[in-house]
Amino acid sequence: MSDATAGADGSTEDKYADLLSDEEGVPAFESVMETRETRRERYSRKFDTYVRTPLAIMFEDWRAVVGLLIISTYVVVGAFGPMVMDPVLMGEGEPLISPFQNWQFPLGTDRTGQDLLTMTVYSTRPVLLMMGSGAFFTVTVGTIVGTLAGYKGGALDTVLSTVTDTFINIPGLPLVIVLSVIIEPTNPIIVGIFLSIALWAGLARSIRSQLLTLRRESFVESSQALGVPTGRLIRKELLPHLLPYVVINFVNAARIVIFSAVALYFLGVLPFEDSNWGIVMNLAYENGAHYRPDALHWLLVPVFAIVFLSVGLVLLAQSLDRVFNPRVRARSSEGGDEDESTTATTAMTGGR
Amino acid sequence: MRWTVQRLLQGIVTIWAVMTVSFALVRLLPGNPVDFLIVDLVQQGVEPAEAAQRAQNMLNIDPTKPLHIAYFEYMFDVLQGNLGQSTWYSEPVTAVIGRALPWTILVMSYGVLLSFLLGIVGGAFMAYFEGQKLDLALTSYATFMISVPYYVLAIILLVFLGYRFGLFPASGRVPTGVTPGVNLPYIAGVLHHAALPILSQVVITGGIALQMRGNSIRVLGEDYLRVARLRGLSDYLIATRYVGRNAVLPIYTGLMISIGAMFGGAVVLETIFKYRGMGYYLVRAVQTRDFPLMMGAFTVIAVAVVIALLVADITYGRLDPRAGRGEV
Repeated sequence: MSDATAGADGSTEDKYADLLSDEEGVPAFESVMETRETRRERYSRKFDTYVRTPLAIMFEDWRAVVGLLIISTYVVVGAFGPMVMDPVLMGEGEPLISPFQNWQFPLGTDRTGQDLLTMTVYSTRPVLLMMGSGAFFTVTVGTIVGTLAGYKGGALDTVLSTVTDTFINIPGLPLVIVLSVIIEPTNPIIVGIFLSIALWAGLARSIRSQLLTLRRESFVESSQALGVPTGRLIRKELLPHLLPYVVINFVNAARIVIFSAVALYFLGVLPFEDSNWGIVMNLAYENGAHYRPDALHWLLVPVFAIVFLSVGLVLLAQSLDRVFNPRVRARSSEGGDEDESTTATTAMTGGR
Repeated sequence: MRWTVQRLLQGIVTIWAVMTVSFALVRLLPGNPVDFLIVDLVQQGVEPAEAAQRAQNMLNIDPTKPLHIAYFEYMFDVLQGNLGQSTWYSEPVTAVIGRALPWTILVMSYGVLLSFLLGIVGGAFMAYFEGQKLDLALTSYATFMISVPYYVLAIILLVFLGYRFGLFPASGRVPTGVTPGVNLPYIAGVLHHAALPILSQVVITGGIALQMRGNSIRVLGEDYLRVARLRGLSDYLIATRYVGRNAVLPIYTGLMISIGAMFGGAVVLETIFKYRGMGYYLVRAVQTRDFPLMMGAFTVIAVAVVIALLVADITYGRLDPRAGRGEV
């Protein structure tokens, strides 16, 4: 560090002047040791880059605010709703009261006079558990398999890629239906894991192809040259690069898990113990709510519950895309609005 | 060439995996269907020894034989096209499936093609009018459509177009009182019946349109496009050869992945519309615990998906030479 450059930058002038005036004439780069940041500073810096900045960017975007608001409403309802509200009883009210008619049953009642609002609230927790476990499992398996295949290459890659491609080729929903007949999962967490069987492979494939590019980057090569152990290299160098993609996929997987879970309950394929939106839909449909105008609300209440939650998830995913994807962010600040890439969605479903 | 062979092998591996899964499910898991079927038959008053024999014929799996022999026999039977006997419909599974498969292919292929076509055209329009009112409206519509599960939309279409306004038949797949064959009333009736299942796939096409929009906008910013304009190429040429082709390529990959998802969706759609295709029978088989039909339907759906993906992959190699060499 020469005097000229140190002096040119006003803010660092004092610090470097101090270092350079050292009588022994210690070269500046050695004295970097003295200015090593404390652990606390390091954590606060990490907090800044990984938490505060993304959050700040997100909260500038109305989608993130609305999306998070919707999702947290569901979480609060799922967590505390059953504590505040009494469980549903048959014959509580008149059968098939229309919504917004009787404030004792704001969303109306079903054929047996059960309050639909209470049923919706009680259904929230199992659905959220399915969604969480399914998304978590999808992302975990997808990331691990994709990273190993892409980074390690060779025979391991061949084996893992074959497994991945096989799973991509097997139609997911029929597979889950067939499996569920024999295994009969009832626990929502298990159901979530079950549904992720059909989802992880798409993510694994796209993460693998990202790693194929990533592992040729200079920072990875230099880490390898320095002899950084593979596990540490993957954890410290590669995963942070994948994290944004993984987070977006988590949100999208959550949405798809709900869609398929509700579909399977709606078809009456999965066994159940507690009620959830899909089961309410199934009962309504079996009772002909789709052609009986007086019963239509029975079908629509759970439908709205699902659509509203998934609107929240879509908004959050789009906003996350923007936070993590600087190119999209730059575009949006130039005035061009709306999202540019729904690429994360397509990894699993081909844009459906 | 090497890539095509690899891709074929991949397809074979998948079909083998599906068949093995079917076998394993029937044979190994607790509450196994072989026992289930035997108990069922005995309850109907069949002698236990004969029940075991009949169950074996129906499922293609002999519970008394050692695992590996039963496995090879099962594989051999399936490869020869013998999928066992449906317990609910009391006829060979292949007969039930043979009647159902063409209808699923009809509904699914129209659904896939139309929704991709509409998505691509819609996305291109959105990109062209980027930032204007039309773009905003279409983008909001597409975003909302991603949030609605396809089967919810199907129910809504059924409620309104099927029951309220009676525009389309609410169930079934062929018109009544018309002679089947190549005649106009029959074909029109078939399309009329297929309309709702197809429509509920098409209306939901938000994801593809958004992807196309993003791709087109990205391509529009590329340098080679500026060069093309400077060379004075016509707008039509630029739109189709330069922007269109490059923006569509990534979507084609999406199409391939979505084929599997769509066959899964067929299960739900066909049940909603009581459209007797593969998916309808799969659900019926589950409801009636008709294991041979269930496994048969699952295997055939999987084979159909594998073939569709194979065709898509190999044609993609022609569209994008890099893929044909296995570079993408």
